[in-house]
Amino acid sequence: MKAFTTVKGLVCPLDRANVDTDAIIPKQFLKSIKRSGFGPNLFDEWRYLDHGEPGMDNSVRPVNPDFVLNFPRYAGAQVLLARENFGCGSSREHAPWALEDYGFRAVIAPSFADIFFNNCYKNGLLPIVLPADVVDQLFRETEANEGYALTIDLAAQTVTTPSGASFGFDITAHRKHCLLNGLDEIGLTLQHADAIRAYEAKRRAEQPWLYR
Amino acid sequence: MTAQTLYDKLWSSHVVHEEADGTVLLYIDRHLIHEVTSPQAFEGLKLAGRQPWRNSSIVATADHNTPTDHWDEGIKDPISRQQVETLDANIKHFGALAYFPFKDRNQGIVHVVGPEQGATLPGMTVVCGDSHTSTHGAFAALAHGIGTSEVEHVLATQTLVAKKSKSMLVRVDGQLQPGVTAKDIALAIIGKIGTAGGTGYAIEFGGSAIRALSMEGRMTLCNMAIEAGARSGLVAVDQITLDYVKGRPFAPSAEQWEAAVAYWKTLVSDEGAQFDAVVELKAEDIAPQVTWGTSPEMVTDVNGRVPNPAEQADPVKREGYQRALNYMGLAAGTPIQQIGIDKVFIGSCTNSRIEDLREAAAVIKGRKKADSVKLVLVVPGSGNVKAQAEAEGLDKVFTDAGFEWREPGCSMCLAMNADRLEPGERCASTSNRNFEGRQGQGGRTHLVSPAMAAAAAIAGHFVDVRTF
Repeated sequence: MKAFTTVKGLVCPLDRANVDTDAIIPKQFLKSIKRSGFGPNLFDEWRYLDHGEPGMDNSVRPVNPDFVLNFPRYAGAQVLLARENFGCGSSREHAPWALEDYGFRAVIAPSFADIFFNNCYKNGLLPIVLPADVVDQLFRETEANEGYALTIDLAAQTVTTPSGASFGFDITAHRKHCLLNGLDEIGLTLQHADAIRAYEAKRRAEQPWLYR
Repeated sequence: MTAQTLYDKLWSSHVVHEEADGTVLLYIDRHLIHEVTSPQAFEGLKLAGRQPWRNSSIVATADHNTPTDHWDEGIKDPISRQQVETLDANIKHFGALAYFPFKDRNQGIVHVVGPEQGATLPGMTVVCGDSHTSTHGAFAALAHGIGTSEVEHVLATQTLVAKKSKSMLVRVDGQLQPGVTAKDIALAIIGKIGTAGGTGYAIEFGGSAIRALSMEGRMTLCNMAIEAGARSGLVAVDQITLDYVKGRPFAPSAEQWEAAVAYWKTLVSDEGAQFDAVVELKAEDIAPQVTWGTSPEMVTDVNGRVPNPAEQADPVKREGYQRALNYMGLAAGTPIQQIGIDKVFIGSCTNSRIEDLREAAAVIKGRKKADSVKLVLVVPGSGNVKAQAEAEGLDKVFTDAGFEWREPGCSMCLAMNADRLEPGERCASTSNRNFEGRQGQGGRTHLVSPAMAAAAAIAGHFVDVRTF
C-alpha cells in the first residue's frame, strides 16, 4: 500500500449527497479480476455521454462537459470534496480502487458510509470527516478560487487552506500508523498468530459444531 | 454483571486481541465468498505465498454474473465467464467447506444459500465481500459486508481488524396489517431514519412485530439494515430461529444439538440492556411502501404522492430531490398509484425466498399481467427455492400470468448479467437499491414488497395490495 504522509492537492468539489458506490464505479466494471485500471471508469455514467463497457477505449468516448470532474480547472485533482453519506451502498472495494487509480489521495466529507470508509484505508486513500459547516466553507472557497489546493498532513491530523486556516480531523491510532508507513495489515495481524490459534482452540472445544 | 445487548455478547465473544485505541482482532467463523469480490483477494494470497487460515470456514457460490436462462448455453459474456471460472479455480486450489458452482442444484444467491444450508448459525461472526451480508444477522449472528482487502485478510488470518459500533434498537410493536410485510417495515424504518441513520451502529430489531416474523421476513429486514447505513442488523434467537436451523445440512449434529441450543438461547439482549439509540415504530401504522426516488430513503406510502422538492428547507436535500425526480421522470405531486411501470423484478437477496414467492403468487393467482408491462422476471434465490416453488406449483401460477420463471441468481438487482432495464424503463422491483443506473443505465427503480410488485404487474401501475 502507498504510504500517506503529507499531500498538497487540487480540490474537486462534488456537490451532491448520498453518492453511492454504484455511481463511483458501475457494476459492469466489477467483472475485472484485477485491482488496477479502474480510474478511467470512475463515475462512468456521470462522466461520459455514452454507455461504458469494459474494454472500450475511454480516450475516444464523448465526455459530459457538465460533470465537475471534466472541468479543465479540476484536471489533476487529488482531493475530492463531497457531501453527506459519501460511498453508501455496495461494499465494492472497486470504488476506492477507482478513486485512487484516478489520482485522488483523499476524500473530505461531513460523513461517509461505514464499509466504504473502511475500504479507503486499505488503499492509501484517506477519508476525512469535517463538520458540515467547514465542508460548506471549503465548497465555497473551492468554487470561488481556481487552483484551490488543500494541504493534508496526516501526522498532524490537519487540513490547511491556502489562507492558512487549519482544521483537525480524527483517525484511530492503528489506521494512522498503517497509512503513514504504508503497512500491509495482514503482516501486522499475523504477529498475533499465537493468540488467534489459542482463541480458536478454545472455541473449538466450547462450540465444536462450528468446526465441521 | 451489567446487562448486555445481543451485539455486546456477539462482539465480546469474538475478540482475539485488543489494542489501546480500541481496535480489535475479531475472529471470523464463517466466510461466504462469491465471484465478484474474491479474485483479487485470492490473487493477493497467492502473491504473498499464503494459505487460507481455515478453509473449512469458507462457503462459496457463483451468483452475480450467472445468467438466469439458457443454462445449457453456459455464460456467454466472456469476462463474466472468466470471473466465474476464476472462482472455480480458486476454490479448487485453496479448498472450502462447500462450493455451489454455476448450475449446481444448491447454487444461488450467497445470502439465500448460507442460511438454507445451515452454514449460517446463531452466535457466529459471518463476513462476505458483499454489503448485504447483514442478512445473516436474522440468526443472531454478527454479520457484515467487507471489502476485498478484508476478504484477503480473513482468508489469511481468520480475523478482521475492527472497531466496535454503537448499538441501536429498532423496536416495532403491534400487528402488521394483512398485505404488509417485512419489506415494508424495512422501507418504513429507512424512510424514518434515512440511509445514513444507522451509520456507525449495529441495529437490533425487536418488538412483538419482529418476533412474529418468519426467518424469511427477518432476513429481509436485516438485509436492508445496510440501506439504513448499518453494516449489521440483528434479531435475537427464539423458537422460530431454532426451528429453521434444525436439520439443515451444516447445522449441528444430533449429539451436539442440545448444547448448541443451550448456548444459542443466551443470544438475546438482557433485560435492561442500554442502547445508544432507540427508534420505535407501530406496526399498525405501516402501509405498503413504494420508493419514488434514487435512494431507499426516498420512500412513501402506496397512498402517498411524489413529494415537492421546493418544500425541502435544506438546499442539498432539495437539489437531491430535484435530481431524483429528473432522473425518475416524475412530476412532484403525482399520486404513487398513477405511476405506470414497464417491467417487474421479483427476486434478489432481499426477496427471493420461498415465502416471498408464495406471497407474490397468492396475489396473482388466476390473473394475467397487464399488456403494458413488457416483462415480469421471477428469479428464485437458489436452486432449492426453485425446486420448492415448483413442488408447490408456484412456477405454474407465475407462467400462467405471463411472468417469466428463471434460474437462480442476483439477476436484475444489480444487472451484472444480461437481465437489465433499458434507459428510461420503469421497474417495480423487490430488490434493495434504487440508485441511478443500478438495474441498468438510465433505468428507473421503485422498491416494493413481492406482493406489491406482483400486484403492480397485474394492474400495470402501483396499487394498494391491501385492497387489490
